[in-house]
Order: sequence, then structure tokens, then C-alpha cells
Amino acid sequence: MTANLVSTVEATGAPTEPDLDVVRSRWKDMPTKFWIGTGIVGVYALIAVFAYWLAPYDPVEPDVVNRLASPSWSHLIGTDELGRDVLSRLLVATRIDLTVGFLGAFFPMVVGTALGAMAGYFGKWVDVLIMRVADIVQAFPAYILIIALVFAFGQGAGTILIAFTITVWVVYARLIRDEILRVRGLDYVQAARAAGVPSWRIIGRHILPNTISQTVVYFTTDVLYAILAIASFSFIGLGIPLPAPEWGSMIEGGQEFLRDNWWLTVAPGVALSILGLGFMLIGDGLDDRLSE
Amino acid sequence: MTTKVDQTISSPLLSVRDLHVTFRSKHTEVTPVDGVDLEVAPGEILGLAGESGSGKSLTLRAILGLLPRGGSAKGDLRFAGDNGELVPYDPAAVRGSGMSMVFQEPMTALNPTMRVGDLIALGAQIHQGMSKADAMTEAVDLMREVGIPVPERRARSWPHELSGGLRQRVMIATALSTKPRLLLCDEPTTALDVTVQRQILSLLRRLAEERQMSMIFVTHDLPVLASIADRIAVMYAGRVVEINDSRELFRRPKHPYTHALMHSAPVIDVTEERLVGIEGRPPDPRRFPVGCRFADRCSFVADGCEDAPYRLGEIVDSSGTACVRELDLKGVR
Amino acid sequence: MTGLLELENLSVRFNVGGSLFGRFGNSSTTLTAVDSVTFSAEPGRSIGIVGESGCGKSTLAKALIGLVSYEGVLRFDGAELKARRTKQLRRQIQMVFQDPGSSLNPALTPRQTLSELLKIHEMVPVDAIDDRCAELIDLVELPARVLDVQPRSLSGGQRQRIGLARALALEPSVLIADESVAALDVSVQASILNLISDLKEELNLTLLFISHDLAVIRHMADEVVVMYLGGMVEHGSVAEVFDDPQHPYTQALLASAPRLKRDLTDETPIIGEPPSPLDLPPGCRFAGRCPQAFDLCHTERPPLYSHDHGSAACFLLSDSNE
Repeated sequence: MTANLVSTVEATGAPTEPDLDVVRSRWKDMPTKFWIGTGIVGVYALIAVFAYWLAPYDPVEPDVVNRLASPSWSHLIGTDELGRDVLSRLLVATRIDLTVGFLGAFFPMVVGTALGAMAGYFGKWVDVLIMRVADIVQAFPAYILIIALVFAFGQGAGTILIAFTITVWVVYARLIRDEILRVRGLDYVQAARAAGVPSWRIIGRHILPNTISQTVVYFTTDVLYAILAIASFSFIGLGIPLPAPEWGSMIEGGQEFLRDNWWLTVAPGVALSILGLGFMLIGDGLDDRLSE
Repeated sequence: MTTKVDQTISSPLLSVRDLHVTFRSKHTEVTPVDGVDLEVAPGEILGLAGESGSGKSLTLRAILGLLPRGGSAKGDLRFAGDNGELVPYDPAAVRGSGMSMVFQEPMTALNPTMRVGDLIALGAQIHQGMSKADAMTEAVDLMREVGIPVPERRARSWPHELSGGLRQRVMIATALSTKPRLLLCDEPTTALDVTVQRQILSLLRRLAEERQMSMIFVTHDLPVLASIADRIAVMYAGRVVEINDSRELFRRPKHPYTHALMHSAPVIDVTEERLVGIEGRPPDPRRFPVGCRFADRCSFVADGCEDAPYRLGEIVDSSGTACVRELDLKGVR
Repeated sequence: MTGLLELENLSVRFNVGGSLFGRFGNSSTTLTAVDSVTFSAEPGRSIGIVGESGCGKSTLAKALIGLVSYEGVLRFDGAELKARRTKQLRRQIQMVFQDPGSSLNPALTPRQTLSELLKIHEMVPVDAIDDRCAELIDLVELPARVLDVQPRSLSGGQRQRIGLARALALEPSVLIADESVAALDVSVQASILNLISDLKEELNLTLLFISHDLAVIRHMADEVVVMYLGGMVEHGSVAEVFDDPQHPYTQALLASAPRLKRDLTDETPIIGEPPSPLDLPPGCRFAGRCPQAFDLCHTERPPLYSHDHGSAACFLLSDSNE
């Protein structure tokens, strides 16, 4: 037991007595892909914020006279079957998808992390109770539950968010619980307990800051999953209701015109793909950096 | 001005000259083993002592070609052939034919998916070409030789069923299964309880004698070497700073680092009023100082020490010290 | 029995195994990590607790600190102390932990770690916290700039010193050092040990020094308690126990300790390894490995017999034998 520290560090050839200088800011070490990903997502976020200002036309108002127009200078990506400007719809869809997607990952994260933290820290019956509920929720097919909720409460962002929160919290709960179990036995947590630091403070200052990194990485990919799920549900008509622009429903709407007006389907598809790429690069970059 | 000392080991088993181990990453290059010379005679136990960062474990691994990812070794490594002649060898190819290693952490060094008997037999099968049945018999014999009680039954155990001491014995038996002439031991007793440690040290000593096997025994614990090593080499900051016969070393250390090391650990049969620690820390391997690397922490430092060139290079078998001052240091015997 | 810290039949038992629903379900096995430990520590004394892995010394430390629940009686300054204790009482007994790698919260600077404790216990008025941090850092012989550095930039020795500062921040009367130097290089160990000794004198602490290393215990402690598989096997002053050990385990432990005289013969002072703590044989825990065991040893557990300079749990000491 005595010198495990010794030979492990020796074997990696790393200096065993590091400098006393303050370590350089971690941001400098982020791999390039992280920044590319952030750039992409950043652009989308800006579009989401300024969507209504950027959009040249009203995304919802039909203009049947101009229906199915080809791309031109006045309509950069043409118009759809109701004459609405595709570009405008894309821009506004960005706002809708991004917002609902973000919240659709954020709410489960908050709920799941809170419950998982309690299970991990307090253990015993609290842990048993929460984890058994998690098991039951997880055993249930998520999409069926979501469909059932949509039929019960109707389409819309609200229903989607409820559905996601109910089903996805489990992942976050398990993630944080595992991390907490790992950290709980570490000496600095024991020292805090022995010194009489109150539980809430131990969780907040000692445990969570050291266990949250995996959650953050997962969150970035989860936003993407949420957006994809929303698009999928909208595609089959259970998501964001028309006439609101949404990538999934736009893809669906353009299907029947695939031969002559292929851009109606391809454009939202490309928009979705690039955003997906951006998120993946962020998640990958974070993962690389954190596992160094 | 270097002193070339005659080889008093007439036919060494292992010769290491000018060994460097380098790690290259994207931004940096580190050389934690920086010019090590060693020799081991047949049947001799050489102790290699040093604290963390001294490079002792990496030296051992370089000899056997077991460096971690990113590491590369450079130097003149020679191992005696059957006729006693020193022959240069390729570390990657030498395993199993004359050299073997015993690791520190028995918990992780044994394959958890193999029964211990099969593990030990593997060496005999691969390197001696034995049939499975013969190899198993050999394995049981080896287990008996290393002091594992009821070896026939124990051979069917899984590693996790065994205690630390037994696991270490299994590891030793595995190392012996290839009939090595040189056994490299990397802190083999550090992770064990002191009573078990004593048993394992006895065992190793006995095996070395009975099998006429040489050993290089790496440890940070000098007193352990007092009971097992014939000669001791002390390493600091990637280099050997002192080498001498074991008794002599403890009686009269010739390097301030050895002296400090000797007096900083409490030993049961030595009474020290106050322990002598060493101020400061070992140098960062990324930025080894030019000249004497111990100068900034040395209690006997004088002018000229900081620029003193390293000169242990030529001395390998008789005593040698890298200290340029002629100091009269007190030992512990 | 009077002392600052008194242990009377202190035991720590864990439920191991069990079913799906934790305690509701089939019975599980009980692991007795600490079995009826009894001794007292006079104020200002330094007591060494020595034993090999599995002897329960670390669990004992956790019990004294109030991190695990225990049976039996623990008294501090005459008053009984339970595992669940008030913030006030927690201050009195503090510990320096073993592993420098995990003893400091990587997300906090040493200043934040120390300040938190000072604040929670209101050790000093809020505007004096920074000054007190500086004093504490100085007490452990570290430069002030260490306070604002990330723990990952610190060496093992520095981290242990900060761990010491943290323990002392609450101004305890009893300091427990649980293998506090085991993971450090030998040259660094020496400085930390010297520091602990000095601080003990300076602050008039009662020190409980836990280690597997007999030589370190001899150097640091006045009295020694030898533990084996959860139980106390010997107790006495360091000088006398080391000079004339009464219990065969203590004798074997001393004989196994590395010495500078070369004496390694084939004769090993102790054979085999300890049995599993979950499956202890009846009788003396050490009987299976004891060179002097006789019939009674395998059937009955020996109590602690007192002799003129200490006590040992061995039938060899019982009146009928002497």
C-alpha cells in the first residue's frame, strides 16, 4: 500500500512534484474540434435569438400564389406548398427546435441530477426507492409513453417537455449517483464530514463540483438527442403542431415534392445535420479533454 | 576528468551502458532515465534504490522492453549467452528467454480470468515448449517451491481468491516458469504487510541461491535492501549517484543523497533522535539542471557543485559515487 | 481509568452482503472490524496504534472521528461521545488522512478549504479568516502562496501539510494521524513526522498515531497498542513493548521489521497469512499462525491480561502459566 503512488507516477514518466505555479487556464487546452463545434452551435444560437429579425418573410402566413417556387433571389430556398418562404421557416424553426431541445435536455438533467444526488449521498432507503423507480421507468418503452402522453394532453412543446422529463431523468440520475458513490468515500469528503460540515454543503461544495463533468458532457449530446426526438415526433405528427415551422415537420411536408422541389426536404435535413455535427464535436472535444 | 575503472566482474550476466529512456508527447520530451550504467554478476542480487521520480522502475522496464506507451529506450544492453559471452539484445525480444519480472501490485498483475495454475503453466508451455500436462506438473512444482501450501488444490484457484502474499508467490512462480537467469523485481514487497514481506524476501533470497539466479531488486525502502542485496545502486533524478557493496554502503555512504536517505527513515534497530528529511523536491524531469542534480538540496554543497559534471559513467562494479567532493559521511552500521 | 480519551469495549460491526432490499431481506454476515478495544489516552500523550492490513486500525480511527457508528463507550474528557455528535464536539477530535491524492478537494483551493471550516465553526470573526489561514499555513511550514493554488499542483508532502493544517484549524485536543506518511517518499516522511512531533509539543495535543510501520511508531509514540484482526493484542509503553514483547504476534511483528543488520535467514518468524475477517475461527485470532499455541488457544479467546508494564491478550500470560 505504501508506495503505489510512487511507481504509478514514475511509470508515466511525469514529474512527481509539480510546479507551484497556478495551472494554466484549462480553456487553452481544448482541442480544435471543440471550438469548431462551439462555433457551429453558436451560430445556430444566434440565429435562434434573432430569427424573427433575420427572416425576410413571415414563416406562417401562406402565399398560395407563389407556392412551390424554385430558389431565386427573392426566395433563396424557394417556397413550400403553401407559398411560405423556406428560408424564413428554417430560421424560425431553428429557434423552436433549439429552445425545445435545450429545455428537453435541461429539465431531465435538473430532475435527474437532484434525485440521483440524493440517492447517491444519502443511500439506504432513499437510494433503494429512487433507483427502483428509475428501473421501472427505464423498463417502460419510452416512445410509447411519449405517444400516450401526446394523445392524452395533445401536441405541443409542453407535452414534449413533460414526456422527456419523465423518461430521461433516469440517465442523469444514474450518472451522478455513480460519480457520487465514487467520491463519497474519498478522504476530503470524509474530512468534511468529520469536521461537522453540514450535508447540503458537502453535496454542494465537495461532491457536485467533482462529479458534474460527466453530466455536462452527456448533456451536450442529450440536447442533440432531444432535438432529433422532437424532429422525429413532428415528422410523424406528434410533435410541434403545424403551422409552426419545425425541421421534422418540414422534412415531412416536403416528401411528396421530393422529385421537383427536393430542397424542401433537403434544406431542413441539412440544417439538422450540421447542428448535430456541431454538438457532437463539442461533446467529443469535452470528452477528450476531460479524460486526459 | 573521468576515471575508468577496470571491470572486476569478469563475466557479467547483464551489462547496461548509457541507458536513456525518453517519453515524447505532443509538446514535450522527457528523459527520466538519463545515462544509467549497471552490471549484474551471475548469482548476484543488485539492489536499485531511489524515491519517486528517480527513474528506477523505468530502468528495470527498459531492460525488459516493458516501457509504457510513448516511451523509448536507447543504450547498450547486453545479456550473456549460454557460453557466458555478452551479446547485445533487443529488449522487445528478450522476454521469456533468460529474464523475467516480478511486479509490485499482485492485485493487478495477475490475469483475473485465468486460474493460477494455468497462468504459471503458460510460461512453461510457451517458452519451454512443454505439453499442457507437463506444464501443469511443472506449475505445481513451482508453486510448492515458492511455498504455496497444498499446491495441487491451489492451482485451481482464481487470483481474486488468494491473499496478497499468495498472489505475490504466484507471480514469482510465473516468473520462474521460464527458468530465468535474471529476475527483475519491481517493488515486489511494497504492497504487502510487513510479516508477509519478510516471508517473500526470505523466499527470494533462497531462490536466488538455490537456482544461482541473479536479481535486480528495485525499491524505495533502503532497509529492505540491507537484508537482501549484495550490492546497492542508488538513483536520483535519472542517474545512479552511488554504487557499492551493501554492507559498505550502510557503513560509509559516499553520496550526500544516500546519506540523507539512510538517515530519514526510522529503522527498528537504529535510534535517531531526530529524523533527517531532505528539504525541497527532486528536480522536474522536464528541466533537469545542468551539473549536479542534487546540489540544490544537498547539505554539503560547496562552490563548484552546481557545475560539476556527472562522472559515475565509467564506474559500474566496484564502488562509485557521483559526488565530486570527498566527504566523510556517517553511515548507520 | 482517567484520561482525555477513553475507549471501553469499543467495537465496530458492519453488515456485509444482504439482499436486494438492503436490510430488509435475508440476513447477511456481520464483519467485526474492531472488537472490544479498551484503552485510555492521557492528555499530552502520544499513542501509537500498530497492525497490519485488516487489523481494524483505520476503522477505529473512523469511529473515533465519528464517521462510522460503533458500540461500546467512547468518552472524551469524562463525557460520553456518540458517533452522531454535535458540531462543537467534532472539533475536539480531528484527523490527518492517509492518501495525499484524495485528501484535498480538487475543486477548492487550500484557502477555501480552510476558510470553510473556520467559518462553519466560527473560529475567528469573518474579517480575520484570511489572517488565520495565513497563520495555519505558517504553522505547517508552508509559504503563504500555497493557499491560492490548485491542489493538483501540490506535491504529496505539501498536501499532507495542508491536511494537517485543516485538522488543526478547529483547534482539537486530540489529533489522529492515520498512516499520514505512508504514501510519501521517505525523505518527505521525515519532515512531516518531525512537524507532527513539533506541533504536538507546541499545541499540547494528544496524538493517536496509526501506522503499520513499527519503526515509525517507535519514533513517534510513548505508548503502543498492537492490533490484529480487529482486536487488541498488546498494550504498553513503547520502550517496554519493543524491548520485551509479550504477545507472540508482537514478537513476530518486531522480528519481521526490516533491519540494517543483515540477518535474513531462512527461518521466518511467522508463517501463513491471517484468516478472512468474515470467517474467524473460534478462540484466539492468532492461534492458527502462532508458534506457541496450545489447545486452549484454539477454543477460547484470551482476554487482556495485565502484567507489570502493560497488557497482552495471550493465555501465556494467565496466572496459571506464570
